[in-house]
Amino acid sequence: MIPLNKLIHNEMMKLIAKKRLVVIAIIIGFLVAMFTYAQYKEVERQREKLGTDDWRTMIQQTIIDQQNRISSARISDEWKKQLQISLQQNQYYLDHDINPSEPGAPTFMRIFLENSIELFIPLMVMVIASDIVSSEHSQGSIKLLLTRPVKRWKVLLSKYITLSLAISLIVAIAGLLSYSISGLVFGYKGWGAPVLTGFTVSDAGLNTASVKLIDQWQFLLMDFGLVWLVAIVVGTLSFMLSVLIRSTAAGMGVMLAALISGAILSNMVSSWESAKYFFMVNLKLTNYMNGNPPPIEGMTLSFSMMVLLVWWAAGLFVSFFVFTKKDVF
Amino acid sequence: MEKITLSVHNLKKVIGKKEIIKGISFDLKEGEVFGFLGPNGAGKTTTIRMLVGLIKPTSGSIQIGGYNIVDNFEEAMKHLGCIVENPELYPYLSGYDNLRHFANMLDGIGKERIREVTELVGLKDRIHDRVKTYSLGMRQRLGIAQALLGRPKVLILDEPTNGLDPAGIREMREFIRFLAEDEGLSVLVSSHLLSEIQLLCDRVAIISRGAVIRTDTVLNLLSNRERVIWRFHPFEMGKEVLRSVTTIDEREDGSISTEYDEITTPEWNKMLVEAGVSVTEMYRKMPVLEDLFLELTGGDSIE
Repeated sequence: MIPLNKLIHNEMMKLIAKKRLVVIAIIIGFLVAMFTYAQYKEVERQREKLGTDDWRTMIQQTIIDQQNRISSARISDEWKKQLQISLQQNQYYLDHDINPSEPGAPTFMRIFLENSIELFIPLMVMVIASDIVSSEHSQGSIKLLLTRPVKRWKVLLSKYITLSLAISLIVAIAGLLSYSISGLVFGYKGWGAPVLTGFTVSDAGLNTASVKLIDQWQFLLMDFGLVWLVAIVVGTLSFMLSVLIRSTAAGMGVMLAALISGAILSNMVSSWESAKYFFMVNLKLTNYMNGNPPPIEGMTLSFSMMVLLVWWAAGLFVSFFVFTKKDVF
Repeated sequence: MEKITLSVHNLKKVIGKKEIIKGISFDLKEGEVFGFLGPNGAGKTTTIRMLVGLIKPTSGSIQIGGYNIVDNFEEAMKHLGCIVENPELYPYLSGYDNLRHFANMLDGIGKERIREVTELVGLKDRIHDRVKTYSLGMRQRLGIAQALLGRPKVLILDEPTNGLDPAGIREMREFIRFLAEDEGLSVLVSSHLLSEIQLLCDRVAIISRGAVIRTDTVLNLLSNRERVIWRFHPFEMGKEVLRSVTTIDEREDGSISTEYDEITTPEWNKMLVEAGVSVTEMYRKMPVLEDLFLELTGGDSIE
């Protein structure tokens, strides 16, 4: 019996020799630098518009205004609660010397993750996942790989574990680079900044009853979890295509089409209800945390996660079933 | 009795409704080179892919070192080394890393064995270079090194001299003979070239349209089938001389073909010369595969 870790070591060796991870890190680094610059320009423009150092007085003004409104008896309890939350947030900014319109590195990282969960991160994952099996076919090395005294499911499992490790690494690289590069410009403060979450969307519209403030680092942790989940699901589906389709380019094309159609569908399917079972319209998990309305009514965080999980399981099953059965010509 | 290392019994493969391989049986003995001869499309590659576990047989059994390849894949494959078509190793890894990669997939094969096989195939100087910088001959040798890593009892080589230059072919041939004679391996070699099989193998199975039409030693199969091609003038006179001693065959290009025999053929030559015929050309001709097939299948042409 050959221990699995030796096989994983093999796969890692090939992955590293192909230098895919380096390319992905360079792409992420380049994009982060670009977005940082764009954000910097935006901050500069706002600063010009609002005058230079006035943000403290402005926040102070808002806080006083909010306090006055809370103490007034005429407004509803619900409205009062929201004001309270907003007040807390503003107080925090003032106490910790954070300009809310100028994000620190953690805020930048959060925004970057939220915007890349649907397309950018899946795309990077695809670069690795879509050729991890099919490249063995196109190179012909599959004939050597499968004629060893190792069962096929074990070969495939070692590839899948390697892929999962690589995906985790990509998510970590995205976090690390977006934090360190943007921090050069915006500073590294803001881990404890309060972020609003806990929105629920019901038939009546946005329900803010259970909205609360949590620290940004907690929020980021959840964001990372969701991004990782999406990356694993997309990676598994690309992996399946890599098993099914021998041509890497064709597999990539199919996955790319699915991802892009997901991005487009999200904007126009609100009346086609069964579209919510597609994996690609369920990728924007972080939207549930921010209170953005879902693309189709009735979708919730747990619903989307269930849909993704079902696709993940199906993808994994098909991959292993086909790989262990099929004849290699 | 000689030990049987690979045993194939009534192997069949059906794809769709078409029977590609129609019940092939043969045995490989220890220390012999066994040829698998057939034209392209006869089913050589499909059979070999079934032997190495890439294609699942529809029915029949394959035993390597006594283990059934379907029921006991891991044990059976431990005794097998193979190159199917070209040795497609990872071009972006060094030769050494390629060997390490495949050693990791075998039990108890370490650095020492990697060094041994590297020296055996004579790649010591270039082993740390990337495979994409290797020549085809070097890749072939690395492929063999990879196949020998696990000290197999059976070596399966699909068209091992494909694409090699004459020197490379000769080297490969000697190496394969060495492995069989000195190391006691059973080597199965497939080829569509009769001349190659003739020089390399002890026994040969001739395969056509998915069935073995004959299995025999090379000696039995090919002796008596060599021909001599003659050219001489005056043509008619020479023809009469040869006709008086043997059956002649007039060929389209104006030469005469007769059977070959070590003792009588030189005598015929002498007779011609004494009769005043000047012999301008005389050479032995190996039977071509097509002729052999025609004979064995009784006019059944090659697909």
